[in-house]
Amino acid sequence: MAADYVEWLRREGRIVIVGASLAGLRAAETLRAEGFAGELTLIGDEPYEPYDRPPLSKSVLLGMASPHHTELPHRWEIDAKWRLGVAATGLDPTAKRVRLADGDEVEYDRLLIATGVRARPWPKPEEARLDGVCLLRTCEDAADLYRRLKAGPRRVFVIGAGFAGSEVASACREMNLPVTVAERAGAPLVGALGGVIGAVAADLQTENGVDLRTHVTVTALEGDPAGRVRAVHLSDESVVEADVVVVSLGSLRNTEWLQGSGLGAGPRGVACDAGCRAFDFRGIVTDDVFVAGDVARSPHALFGYQFLSLEHWGNAVAQAETAAHNMICHGAERRPHLWMPAFWSSMFGVNIKSVGVPPMGEQLMVTQGSLAERRFAAVYGYQDRIVAAVTFDNTRWLEFYQRQIEIGAPFPVEYPTMDRRPEGRQPVDARFPDPSLPTHGPMVTLSGYSPADQQLVFHPARH
Amino acid sequence: MRLVVDLNKCQGYAQCAFLAPDVFAMHGEESLIYNPRAEEEQRERLARAVAACPVQAITADGLDRVGEVREAPDGR
Amino acid sequence: MPHASMMRQITDFANRANPYPVYEELRRTPVLHEEEDGPYLISSYYDIKALLHDPRISSDAANLAAAGDDALDQTEETGGLPPSFLRLDPPEHDRLRRIANGAFGPPHRPRRIESMRGQMRDIVTELIDGFGDARQIDLVDQFAYPFPVTVICRLLGVPREDEPKFRTWVDPLVASLDPDTGRGADDTDHRKTAREARMQLGMYLAELVEERAREPRDDMLSDLVNSRGPDGAMTMMEVLSTSVLLLIAGHETTVNLITNGMLTLLRHPEYLRRLREDPGLSVNIVEELLRYEPPVQLVPQRTCIGDIEVRGVTIPKGSRIWLVLAAGNRDPERFEDPERFDPDRGDIQHLGFGSGIHSCFGAPLARLETQIALSELARRLESPRLVEDPPPYRQNAVLRGPRHLGIAFEGLR
Repeated sequence: MAADYVEWLRREGRIVIVGASLAGLRAAETLRAEGFAGELTLIGDEPYEPYDRPPLSKSVLLGMASPHHTELPHRWEIDAKWRLGVAATGLDPTAKRVRLADGDEVEYDRLLIATGVRARPWPKPEEARLDGVCLLRTCEDAADLYRRLKAGPRRVFVIGAGFAGSEVASACREMNLPVTVAERAGAPLVGALGGVIGAVAADLQTENGVDLRTHVTVTALEGDPAGRVRAVHLSDESVVEADVVVVSLGSLRNTEWLQGSGLGAGPRGVACDAGCRAFDFRGIVTDDVFVAGDVARSPHALFGYQFLSLEHWGNAVAQAETAAHNMICHGAERRPHLWMPAFWSSMFGVNIKSVGVPPMGEQLMVTQGSLAERRFAAVYGYQDRIVAAVTFDNTRWLEFYQRQIEIGAPFPVEYPTMDRRPEGRQPVDARFPDPSLPTHGPMVTLSGYSPADQQLVFHPARH
Repeated sequence: MRLVVDLNKCQGYAQCAFLAPDVFAMHGEESLIYNPRAEEEQRERLARAVAACPVQAITADGLDRVGEVREAPDGR
Repeated sequence: MPHASMMRQITDFANRANPYPVYEELRRTPVLHEEEDGPYLISSYYDIKALLHDPRISSDAANLAAAGDDALDQTEETGGLPPSFLRLDPPEHDRLRRIANGAFGPPHRPRRIESMRGQMRDIVTELIDGFGDARQIDLVDQFAYPFPVTVICRLLGVPREDEPKFRTWVDPLVASLDPDTGRGADDTDHRKTAREARMQLGMYLAELVEERAREPRDDMLSDLVNSRGPDGAMTMMEVLSTSVLLLIAGHETTVNLITNGMLTLLRHPEYLRRLREDPGLSVNIVEELLRYEPPVQLVPQRTCIGDIEVRGVTIPKGSRIWLVLAAGNRDPERFEDPERFDPDRGDIQHLGFGSGIHSCFGAPLARLETQIALSELARRLESPRLVEDPPPYRQNAVLRGPRHLGIAFEGLR
């Protein structure tokens, strides 16, 4: 019976993918590559074919690429019905129907949720509407920001020194624009990499001429009578004049449309099992709804089976492929999503890469190179084993450390490594902020063991 | 032509930046930036770059290497 | 032992024409340690790749010397010049390689190599035209050697007409890179000759470098000696050891890649025919050649600075390690049908240029040179065929390739 259903599904079933970005596209390709011959529909709220986002804050702002031309190449002919420019607004899993913003309904036999995240907006709507207050998530955001930067503003103000904010600051300096960065933590990248590495990122910014303000929050954005932003007020009572304000406070998961659907969906994402099947709010796994990409939270074997949310490009690709595979195969052929978290960033000409889950680490050891030279490899330890590694301009060693994480190699690192400096002989506190305190959007979130989590734990942008 | 580089795989060997300098560039010693939409006249250079990438990180319209990379049996 | 050790079989000249059966046998013991103070031989793809990225594996010549090096060249640290970055670890390796790269490629010189394509094609055309009315050539002497030599001379800014002079120093230096375990008594003489040669070559280059320091031109020697980036300048001695490395590595390996390439294509005429019709195929042909007949067969100069474990075997700290790239390139655990030359295979992630921080510095140059050389030879030689197969080989087991490659043909197109 079940086998017959899968055969039927593969031949003439209807699969709907909500979310037409990286994960949605890769899932669609995988479905076709693995022989799905039925009807495939992709629904996306943006009116564009799937495009790549990482270049938006790098190549695009550096003037090397057009914001409207980062479309992803297609690896496989996917022969899909595209419903672009129309958001999904609701889901009825019993009737197996997706409601669309234009009132239409689309029926499915199996559904993939890949709605991703959106930029967290500035929390005060009237200030957020000021001309010159920008976000950076979509190609339109990028086009708008690039145009404003090219116009030569007196100063750019970046709220939030995570990766995206730091990349914007880097691009501004590349364009020789004065830029101020405000960060509520003690340094940039602290949520993702901890305070020790954050201090390196802070030096990188200040040496490149960024006016970096830490331990401050933005209290208000001030507009001129014409409705253009003209100044930023900070919690230390200082005021910085700026014509462009980039709000870079992490992201929000696009799960609102699932309210009332009965799925285990909330602000922290849609919970799914290791096979990418969504949980309902009771913690029972569903049969016909799958999840992939930034919006998913799924248990990871390497990290104590805690639910992990990863806003990582590579995770979107890998999870989409696994979800697609599992959607159209028999139970015994299903694969678990066991991707090793990995990400990259690039700022001020320095290549930053990481594997594993740094925020899980309590201690840090610089095993190669030196923090002061900004060329190093460092590992994070938790409960006597290596759980993550980060490199600055040392990426060719990273695969070694990835293997160390995979085999659960012991921490501290006792064996000798090339170019070990005195600073790297002893582990130090990695200095992650207290997890109960708000920071905006570390790109990896460990979120406990409950598949039915629907609580909002904190409001990072509450000022 | 649309293209994308898996920058998780990229290790900064810069072969693409040598062989197709109008599409790929190094920003610093190790970070790669690139134009995800290459002009058609770059096809030949892009093909050289795709083939030369030591970590096979570049996907481009019509220039994919066929076949999948085999993973190590023990998952490495 | 009933038969010669694997190490001896690898270096045995009798196996030079076809070392691959030896490598196949070698892979049966992926971590092989035959003699008490001898090296550990690593021959499986995944192990080699892992060790090339392992921060416990050193390339530092000083570590090698401490490991009781009896078979390998020591000229780099005794020839009056400091070791080149090839024989150093980070941070020194990284600093020198960054400065050298500043003179060679992106980000500082992004178009230096790509912009030489036209010149490369002209040199190739001139060499092929130079075959004249002959109906038989030695590809090595008439093409595969002079082509990359001319290119590296232009790139560095070394006068092409000095080639006969520097060749007399390069030859003994290259020979000294051969881990000829049977060398025995005359080893000291070998080393002395190599040391002498390296010094002479260094002195020759010193003159040119000093000239460029005074009057910079658009060449790499000028950039090397005048570089004042964030890493500071190279010392004169560093400039010289880097230049010696680039001059030698810039052609000795490419000679073999081109010659192995033509030999392989003549053994697989269907690809020669396809290449004639579609020069674009040269791209995949070169990658497959780097897997199938890599010009650097093994990396014999690594040591481990701590105990490491490979496939359950503990390699003790201080041991020498040979990474047999050519064996890994034909590892059936990694490549389907590995003994088949197949430029159409989608997946050619070879070890031909190594991997990790020491991955071949000149790779893009070698790629372009060989792509152009092979597609032009395929296009212009009418009905080429091998005069003898196998051809005579050079002694060297590391930088392996034919000494001569006789090709007969009906005419030029």
